[in-house]
Amino acid sequence: MSVQNETDSGIGHPPLTEAMVWDAEEARRARARQIEAVARWLVPVLVVFLTLFIWDRFVVVNEIPHFILPSPGRIWQQLVADRALLGASLIITLRITLMALAVAVVGGVILAILFTQSRFAELVFFPYAVILQVTPIVSIAPLIFIYVQDATARVLICAWIVAFFPILSNTTLGLKSVDHNLRDLFTIYGANRWQRLIHLQLPSALPYFLGGLRIAGGLALIGAIVAEYVVGSGGAGSGLAFRILEASYRLNIPRMFAALTLIAVVGVTIFALTGLLSHLLLRKWHESAIRREA
Amino acid sequence: MSEIHHRTTLPIDQRPRVLEMLGIDKVFNGNVTALKGMNLRVNEGDFISLLGPSGCGKSTALRLISGLMSPTTGRILWEGGKSRGDIGVVFQEPTLMPWATVARNVYLPFRLRGQSYASVRDEIHEALDLVGLAKFPDAYPRELSGGMKMRVSIARALVTNPRLILMDEPFGALDEITRQKLNNDLLRLKAEIGCTVIFVTHSVFESVFLSDRIVVMAARPGRVVEELQIDEPYPRDLAFRTSPEYAAYSQKVSAALMTAMGELV
Ligand SMILES: Nc1ncnc2c1ncn2[C@@H]1O[C@H](COP(=O)(O)OP(=O)(O)O)[C@@H](O)[C@H]1O
Ligand SMILES: [Mg+2]
Repeated sequence: MSVQNETDSGIGHPPLTEAMVWDAEEARRARARQIEAVARWLVPVLVVFLTLFIWDRFVVVNEIPHFILPSPGRIWQQLVADRALLGASLIITLRITLMALAVAVVGGVILAILFTQSRFAELVFFPYAVILQVTPIVSIAPLIFIYVQDATARVLICAWIVAFFPILSNTTLGLKSVDHNLRDLFTIYGANRWQRLIHLQLPSALPYFLGGLRIAGGLALIGAIVAEYVVGSGGAGSGLAFRILEASYRLNIPRMFAALTLIAVVGVTIFALTGLLSHLLLRKWHESAIRREA
Repeated sequence: MSEIHHRTTLPIDQRPRVLEMLGIDKVFNGNVTALKGMNLRVNEGDFISLLGPSGCGKSTALRLISGLMSPTTGRILWEGGKSRGDIGVVFQEPTLMPWATVARNVYLPFRLRGQSYASVRDEIHEALDLVGLAKFPDAYPRELSGGMKMRVSIARALVTNPRLILMDEPFGALDEITRQKLNNDLLRLKAEIGCTVIFVTHSVFESVFLSDRIVVMAARPGRVVEELQIDEPYPRDLAFRTSPEYAAYSQKVSAALMTAMGELV
């Protein structure tokens, strides 16, 4: 910048002052930031619309019948037509997912705290946590349906089994990842177990927990859907997964797509909300939330 | 009215004792002798530097004093009581809680004693004032430079007005200019509140500038080889840094350090 400054300050040009150079640079950066802020939203939205457009053209041009592949517009019509039916199912799936996530958070965090407070508890419980995690839920679900009678409880347990492990393992890792100098400092100042947990371990674990939450949110939805598939036409079969199955028996392809769309929307919403929560809680202090210019 | 108690510093030979390390050995895992036969008397108002190559047991000495570990043999006597007195510590890293503001970080020692923030607000603000951070109580650590973070760490160490402040190479990771600035400020602080400091460093110049006593240590096994006094009145400033006395002391301390490191150099 300064080299240019010297060569540019010939006859006819007012010499660039430091302040002007700085302002130009600042303005350029501010513009880049604005563009970046808009692009962050605009690009994904444009990509989605472009995809829908191509999809629509593909279906129309090739004259594909809607019972093979419905166009986006046809799916939308179906959504509107089935809004009462699908809306009720959406609420059921949503409720199961959120309940499973809530229980996973509470259970995962409490178990993680227990693990870090007592080595013995970790030795006792950790194998079970791992076994539950590595065994595919589709293979456990039929057993749960035999032993558990309540329809909601069955699906809830399945969703919980899938969702809780990332919370548990991430929070445990976070509780153990305390800066060792801070740990020493707490010892020197005579902190007791409780103070250490509240003022040191839990805040240290927060970013890890939130990472786990983002994964668990998606998994809770998967758990709820899979459990409903496995239960088939059982008593709890009125969630979105059941609607998809039902529609497939009736070869109602547009409704399958409509239900699928709702599931995807729920998934994306959970992902966005957990991301927002994470951002709000960490933006003041955590590296992951700091945006730097390249 | 100031909240942090200000002590007056007596002449070096009249100071009452704060603690004494008597025949301290520290052996790790039964084979690494980190410290051997260390004796050290710390008096009120002393500014003591532990100077030596890395691995000579400086940090171990501080960890023993702070009670983070206990000696294999020997004893540490604290004046006026069996237990360790109230101390403040500063590590090489600022060691701040990233999720807490500057003021909340400085509040930590009080919080862990169960005192409410409101009851110690004045102390916190005075400590921040003393280290030159009066304007930043609500900043988060990541918004501060390395030197400013270190200042927060120092404010936290002195906010409870402890009997002894332990500093383990606090400025070792800072650039030279920041380091000199913090050295000056540390001496100003010391003059203002008359605290007692044990300061670990491996810089001859830093130790000469800051201390009234320098404990030269050697490694394998870690031990004290010489104790030197710097009989130079405080406050010390730029004039002292460029004086012939400073050069002479530095030479003497360097020589002692060379002897301590023996054939290894
Ligand atoms: N917790 C520990 N376990 C085993 N060895 C240690 C431990 N802490 C320090 N040491 C050893 O003790 C010696 C002195 O270490 P330290 O006090 O950290 O030296 P300094 O701070 O002077 O560099 C070194 O040889 C080091 O490897
Ligand atoms: Mg050290």
